[in-house]
Order: sequence, then structure tokens, then C-alpha cells
Amino acid sequence: MAGVDWTDSTVEAGGIKLHLKRAGPTAKKARTIVVLHHETGTLDRLPFYDALAAHYDVLVPHHPGYSRSERPTWMRSVRDIAVIHRGLLSELKIKDAALVGLGFGGWIAAEMASMAPADLSHLVLVGAMGIKPPQGDILDLAITGYVDYARAGFHDQKVFDRVYGAEPSIDQLEMWDICREMSFRIAWKPYMYNQTLPHLLGAVHAPALVIWGDDDRVVPQSAATRYVEALPKAKLEVVKASGHCVDMEQPDALARLIVDFIGRE
Amino acid sequence: MHLMYFTEQPMSAYPEQAGRDFGATALMLSNKHFDPVEGSRLYNNYIEQYMLAEEVGVDGIMLNEHHNAPFCMQAKANIFAALLAGMTKKVKIVMLGNPLPLAENPIRLAEELAMIDMISKGRLVSGFVRGGGQEQLATGVNPAFNRERFEEAHDLVTRAWTQTGPFRFEGNHYQHRVVNPWAVPLQKPYPRVWIPGVISKETIIWAAQQRYPYIALNTSIEQTKKIWELYDSVAADVGYVGGPENRGYLIQVHVSDNEEKAIENARQFRWMQGEFTGLAHPVWSTPSGYGSPSARRAFVEFASGRASNPRGETSFEQQMADLRIIAGTPKTVVAKLKRILEETRPGILALWGNDGRVSQADSLTCIKLIGQEVFPAIREIAKSLDLKSPFEANAPVHLKYSTDLKPRKAAAAE
Repeated sequence: MAGVDWTDSTVEAGGIKLHLKRAGPTAKKARTIVVLHHETGTLDRLPFYDALAAHYDVLVPHHPGYSRSERPTWMRSVRDIAVIHRGLLSELKIKDAALVGLGFGGWIAAEMASMAPADLSHLVLVGAMGIKPPQGDILDLAITGYVDYARAGFHDQKVFDRVYGAEPSIDQLEMWDICREMSFRIAWKPYMYNQTLPHLLGAVHAPALVIWGDDDRVVPQSAATRYVEALPKAKLEVVKASGHCVDMEQPDALARLIVDFIGRE
Repeated sequence: MHLMYFTEQPMSAYPEQAGRDFGATALMLSNKHFDPVEGSRLYNNYIEQYMLAEEVGVDGIMLNEHHNAPFCMQAKANIFAALLAGMTKKVKIVMLGNPLPLAENPIRLAEELAMIDMISKGRLVSGFVRGGGQEQLATGVNPAFNRERFEEAHDLVTRAWTQTGPFRFEGNHYQHRVVNPWAVPLQKPYPRVWIPGVISKETIIWAAQQRYPYIALNTSIEQTKKIWELYDSVAADVGYVGGPENRGYLIQVHVSDNEEKAIENARQFRWMQGEFTGLAHPVWSTPSGYGSPSARRAFVEFASGRASNPRGETSFEQQMADLRIIAGTPKTVVAKLKRILEETRPGILALWGNDGRVSQADSLTCIKLIGQEVFPAIREIAKSLDLKSPFEANAPVHLKYSTDLKPRKAAAAE
């Protein structure tokens, strides 16, 4: 997968400069998949992104205020990010994309689906935040150290060591702090969910796949059940030996589930 | 010179070992370790201390608040301020201060303070603070908007005090369609506002821009001098000359009738495991967005255990040597305070007299010696150094009430 050729660009959407990574088959027919990253930002390259790019035209926009995208100081909600990402797709003239949301990105994907339910082919939510878990609570960033929080996303700490290094760099810590500040600005209260979201998902008739790591210590699995209830065409898949960050811990298994769900074209 | 007594109101009856075992003595240390029977005894001890402080002639009693921690029992400074407003006759009630960003309804805060000012017959000094990081988490307030909320709530409170109602306030963080509190302050234009802080440049600059006295909290002489350098430079920019009436200083001072006992009791200033506010995870003390972006990199290194505290860690002995803790009989204490007055020239001085597990008897002795021996000597020194308080200097309550402004740019053009 090392041969995947990713391009970097800056796209302006709604007056905000967004950093965009894009890769995949050049054939015009390739389906477009938008991958929405975690609240810890995203590394530039991940084996999971490469695995998807073998089949699809993959877009990984950095959320406003996260990683390499600038912070709009006016933003007050996660729905604001969803609107801006909708604007990004509009700028790029992309219709009917499949939305793949990872954790916090799952919340954004669900909001994007709710605001334009006819404009997506598939919805994939992986350990998604955004709904108040009927049992348990979403792990609180504000009282957890940077490394402890990031490590909590992994079932196997050796995998964390491989992805971030056993001692993440100071640059990485600083980026986690910047991302954390943005999460506070838009998702402070209620923390990491939208009380109205489950009620807004009823019109999303696109096929939906809800995926959860079997050892998710960040978002309780009870939230998966709530998502499946709220989405008319949803089914649940649980990935074994995985924490919250299924994309980083079980990239091949996750990519396989997605490819089987969306189909090869 | 305005001379005050201060105590953090320590919850000294908490089981320290439980905190050490848990690894934190703030925010997340369970309140099952708080014993309200001891709490009741201690609150009443503190009332006795304040009443004695007034009796022995201090000018002011300084109050503050913190949450979820044994190092300070006051969860709402206005409660003690209201008590003192009714129980005392002469002392200024100096709030240092109300954490503005924690207020969801600043108008209610303005009303409470106005009531305290009227009940005390105009003895309120209404300081404001941002509140520590842990206070935001303890009260569910967004730390990323801390400074914005501070400035906006300040604007709303002072307008509620000075602008005839009803009026409407539509801010970014506060929206109130009817502002018309019937309780307004007795003091005009409004009670003096003093701003306490440590070394946050943004706060020093803001205080100087308002012409509010800045109260440096237990900083070293060198740090304090740097604070006044910055404050005075901002003052010059906006058109006034900074002086003692703009400068306050809080210092840990324990006074006793014998030197050894004083030093033994002064060790209690380090009772929170040697930390100012107790053991805590750095991300609780400085949640993301709360600190200055310029300090982000140094902070994450510290928070992840890769670097020592950028604010520095010093031993009791070093703090004694640096004159950040002073202990002794009145004679030795006055000599050391004199040096601080000469070097940093404050017009407001607060002595943080007792902390931790110092007995009530020793606390009362300390207050008595402060009032009867230390403060009279300090008053004489202050006179000889011309250190006037904002009251003595008749300083304007806020920059906008100044009549002597000569902004630097305009002065240069003349």
C-alpha cells in the first residue's frame, strides 16, 4: 500500500481554508468516500486510508480547527463543521459520496447525513460519538492526559506504540492540545453529543453500517445500539480485539467490512 | 498603605494520606473525604479569625473561593462577604475575587455584590478573577472561552452597576434581554475592582488598561518587579503613571511570639504536598484553551512529564530565602517586609497568615501580632516610602473616570 499517491491541497469552503488529502483510482467511475477523522486530529498517512484508496476515490479533509486546517473562531457546534464539510463537497462538485466517520468524525458524518439525507450513498459510523450513550459515558478529554487519552483508544498498547511511538513527539502532543481546544470550543456541553441528533436521523434512508471495537473504552457500545435504532437502514458489526480507534488498530478488518458493505466498482 | 489579612480557609481535617494514595488532592479527590462536622468547626474558626482581625485594626479582609479541594473551603466568596458585611464595622471586604467566567448569570453576581456593598455601608472591594483551570472543570464552564467570558461578564457587571436600567445586553457568551437589577452598589461610580493574579501577562495588561490595581500573588521579588515593569508600560501607553496605588502584593507570612514556632507553623504553607493548590494533573490546572497559546509547547512537555514545571518548583527553605514565605516574631517579619516594600513599592499588602493545620490558638496569636505590632510598623515604613493605597491616593475606580490621562502617542506629538 506504500505506493498510494496522496495529494495535498487547500480548498476553501464557506470562507474557511480546509486541508484536504486525496488519493485513489483515477477512473472517473470510482466511488468517492469521505473519511472524517477523530477529535485527536489525524496523522498524514494511515494504512486504513491506503486500504480504502486501493478501491475508491478517498477524501480525508482535516476538520476546521484540527490538524492542518485553520481554526474558525466563530464555530460553536459540531453541526457547524458538518455544514462546512457539506460546503466542501459542494465546492468539489461531489454528489452521493459515502461518508465514513471515525469516532468524533462519526458524529460529523451523522450530522452531514441528517442535513442532506438524499445526498449520500452509504453511511459508515465507527465508534461514533454524537449520541448520548444509554449506558455509560463518553470518556472525558478534559480530565485525561494527552497520552492517556490517546492510549485509551487502543485495545493493544503495542499497536499504539507502532502508530504514535511509545513516547509521542512534542509536536504530536502540541497538536493534540490544539485539537482538544477546538473540541472544547464546539462540543463542551453537552459533552460530545447532540441531544437532537437521534431524532434527526430518521430520514436517512441510505444504507448504514455501524461498527464498534469490542473493547471501546472511549464511547460505550450502548451508543451503537442507539444509532442502529435511530437509522432506518442500519446494521451493526463488532470488530474483535479492537479499541475505539478501529481504523488504527484493525485497519484491514475495517477496510474489508467497508468494502464488503459499499461494494467494489 | 492598605493592609489586609488573608487565609485560604484550609479544610485541614481532610485525610492527607487518602489524597496521596489517590495521587491528587484537587478536583477529582472524592468528597467522601470531606467531613461536614469538621467543616462546621473550621468555618466558625475562620469567622473568629476575621472578627479578631477587625478588632486588632487590619484595614481589610481578603476573601477568595475555590472548588473541589481541601486547600480552600470557600466555595462561594460572597457568602463570607455577606457575613462580614453584617458582622464587622470597619474593615474593607476585599473579594480577590469572584471568578467571573464561572457565572452563568453575571447580573445575579452584580446584585449579590451590590447587596454586600449596601449592607456593609460601602466597604466592598470587588475583585475579579478568571478562576483556575480546575474551577472551570468543577463548575462545567468551558475553559476555551475563559478570557472572553471574563471580559464580557466584567462589561455586563459594571454596566449593571452604572447604567440606568432597563437595558438589553447581547454578547457572545451572555445574552440578557432585561437588565434592570434593583440592587445597585452604594459606592459610586462602583466599588473598587482589584485584579489578583500570578504572572499571566494577558491579565496584567488587561488590569493596567482598566487602571485596576493588580495584586501579585506570592510572586518572587524579581517576578514582581517584572510585573510592575509591564503594568507601568501599559499604563504609560494609555496615559497614566503607574504607582503604588496600582500595586498590591499577597505574601505568606506567619507571625509568632517565638522564631522556632513561627518557622514550624510556616511549614504549613506547603501543606498541600508543596503545591499551591494541591496535587493535580496538569491538564486539570490548565485545560486546553485556558492558557496562553504562547505557552502551549512548554505546557504539553510539562503535562506529559517530559519537563519540569515552567513555573518552577522550590523548597520551603528556598521560598524562605527568596522572601516568598516569611516567618518569625514581629521584629524579624517587619525587617523582611520592609525589604519587599522598598524593592516593589506596593500600596496594598495582604498577609496570608495561617495555612494548613496551624492551630486556632496559634492562628489567633498570629493575627493579633499582625494587627498590633506588624501592621503599625509597616504603616510607618509605608509613610516614609510614600506608598499610598488607592483610597489614600483617591485613584479613579476605572480608567474611564481618570482626569489626568496623557496617552503616550499624544504626548509624543506635543
